[in-house]
Amino acid sequence: MTKNASAAPSGAEPKELSAESRARIEREMAKFPKKRGALLAALHIAQEEHGWISPALAKTLAALFEITPIEVMEVVSFYNMFYDRPQGRHHVYVCTNLPCSLRGARGLLRALESHLGVRAGETTPDGRVTLGHEECLGACAYAPMLRVGPTYHENLDVEQAKRLVDALE
Amino acid sequence: MALTAPYVTNYLTQHFADDAFGQVDGYVARGGYEAARKAITRMAPDEVATLVKDAGLQGRGGAGFVAGLKWTFMPKGADKPKYLVCNADESEPGSFKDRILMERGPHQMLEGILIAAWATGAEKTFIYIRGEYAFAASQLERAIEEAYSRGYLGSRVMGTALSHDVVLVRGAGAYICGEETGLLESLEGKKGQPRKKPPFPAQYGAFGMPTTVNNVETFSHVPHIIKNGKEWFRSIGTEKSPGTTIFGVSGHVVRPGLYELPLGTKLDEIVFEHAGGVPDGRRVKGVIPGGMSMPILPAGQLDVPMANEFLRERKSMLGTGGVMVMDETTCMVRVGCVISWFFRDESCGQCTQCREGTGWMNKILNRIERGAGTREDLDVLLDVAGKMEGATICAFSDAAAWPVQGLLRHFREDFEAHVREQKCPFPASFEL
Ligand SMILES: Cc1cc2nc3c(=O)[nH]c(=O)nc-3n(C[C@H](O)[C@H](O)[C@H](O)COP(=O)(O)O)c2cc1C
Ligand code: SF4
Ligand code: FES
Repeated sequence: MTKNASAAPSGAEPKELSAESRARIEREMAKFPKKRGALLAALHIAQEEHGWISPALAKTLAALFEITPIEVMEVVSFYNMFYDRPQGRHHVYVCTNLPCSLRGARGLLRALESHLGVRAGETTPDGRVTLGHEECLGACAYAPMLRVGPTYHENLDVEQAKRLVDALE
Repeated sequence: MALTAPYVTNYLTQHFADDAFGQVDGYVARGGYEAARKAITRMAPDEVATLVKDAGLQGRGGAGFVAGLKWTFMPKGADKPKYLVCNADESEPGSFKDRILMERGPHQMLEGILIAAWATGAEKTFIYIRGEYAFAASQLERAIEEAYSRGYLGSRVMGTALSHDVVLVRGAGAYICGEETGLLESLEGKKGQPRKKPPFPAQYGAFGMPTTVNNVETFSHVPHIIKNGKEWFRSIGTEKSPGTTIFGVSGHVVRPGLYELPLGTKLDEIVFEHAGGVPDGRRVKGVIPGGMSMPILPAGQLDVPMANEFLRERKSMLGTGGVMVMDETTCMVRVGCVISWFFRDESCGQCTQCREGTGWMNKILNRIERGAGTREDLDVLLDVAGKMEGATICAFSDAAAWPVQGLLRHFREDFEAHVREQKCPFPASFEL
């Protein structure tokens, strides 16, 4: 997957977690024999609030987990779904693994690249969409497909995919 | 988008067209949780493990290890907490069966977990679901809450002495977290880099405690075995590989989708009769029978029963039952490029052979596809693949080598034609 190829235009660097996020993270910690087990959950929660994990946010999380900020960032860089730089408001990821490619996924991705004027891995200049390609998403029979954030869109053709992307605000 | 029922159903998926089956009331109305009640109230833990072992249920996560046998590796006694892990990371390209099992049958899986908890003495199950499966996770979350509220989970399950908790954990996009010890590391909030074995998870698993890892589908079969008995289970499938599995058919077929069929169903029956064969009268060129890690079979070898004892004779394996069909237009070098790109991207980087080998294979395959390859490149490919086998911390490296070896075994002529003509001779092939 292509994450982090280019940064979206950003506002201030996120640093703090809301009281609600902190409470959610604490509930997650209680589910594990060691609280470190909740680090992935905490990163998901922090990203839901801020969209990416900044160095300052990593420091805040590190304090909660009693580990070093670099340990947090190592985890962030290992997983495709965690981002160490600002992202577009919407993630549009086209699956380009074999079953999807056999049914035209790469042509579809290329069409979206030229439609949006960005390459896979990049964010549109207005910060609206980060386009990417991704490995198999478990929807191989419904190819080609893409996901917009958590939502799958399956059995697409190029025109449908363009309309879908245009409708994102 | 939510999935609907498979095209062909059997005991696992027979109610999947029915929304109510996913809810606790609908599940109970169709006999749900009766198998767990039977196991917990009328059978000793050992008896349950023995029954599942004798039924011959093989793990459905790819390696095919006998489930009940694995359960007996858990230490007896209660001096340490013991855990189960449900491997719901499903990321093997071509596989999408676990997704439907969670979206349409979450209670069936939870019931299997509960029975395994009784058999192994585990106090808690971590369900590790891949981060992208947001809808499946929401269905599971709801089902877990329902099960707690009805006393199927928590303390004193169904009024018995058994207590069991289930925790849902979301991954974050890393194929290697499906390997069971990579998964365990990830569960501990770390990078998902596989551990050296031994020690095996039954001795040193999640957070250092004895742990059994099973796949979503493996758990989902368990209530049916308890309910109907081992003879019933053994009457389905082959002698060595009993039961059904859910084949996911993708690629160049008329009806791509899910098909629950007995193990041992012939591959050509799946491709032609069930999935309708290749569209527009084109012919099949090759089929990957079990997810991307498993070597491809050429059109002439599709008369193979889909069970490991038969697939091994053809130098392939059942894997996850992800059947990928490629028609006669397909360039097998391009297939190699896509496959090797995936493995290059997903190697966790701990072992030199794997980290370097996946990169080299991808580079050479791309060169051949561009028309810049040489005859020596084919030998180098096989040499690199050979060195990647059997020498690493986990089986990922083997899984990366096998498909490339399979392509060269059956489609060497495609590779040689690229070298000879200094270009890709398959202009009508899928776009790269
Ligand atoms: C690279 C690699 C990836 C794997 N991915 C998965 C997976 O996504 N889901 C799964 O259930 N098993 C996966 N496995 C197999 C697991 O390591 C383990 O064998 C399995 O979860 C055990 O459950 P089972 O015995 O019920 O099949 C993978 C193995 C390897 C080597
Ligand atoms: S074989 Fe590959 S994926 Fe497995 S531990 Fe070694 S480097 Fe990591
Ligand atoms: S290959 Fe695209 S969803 Fe599986």
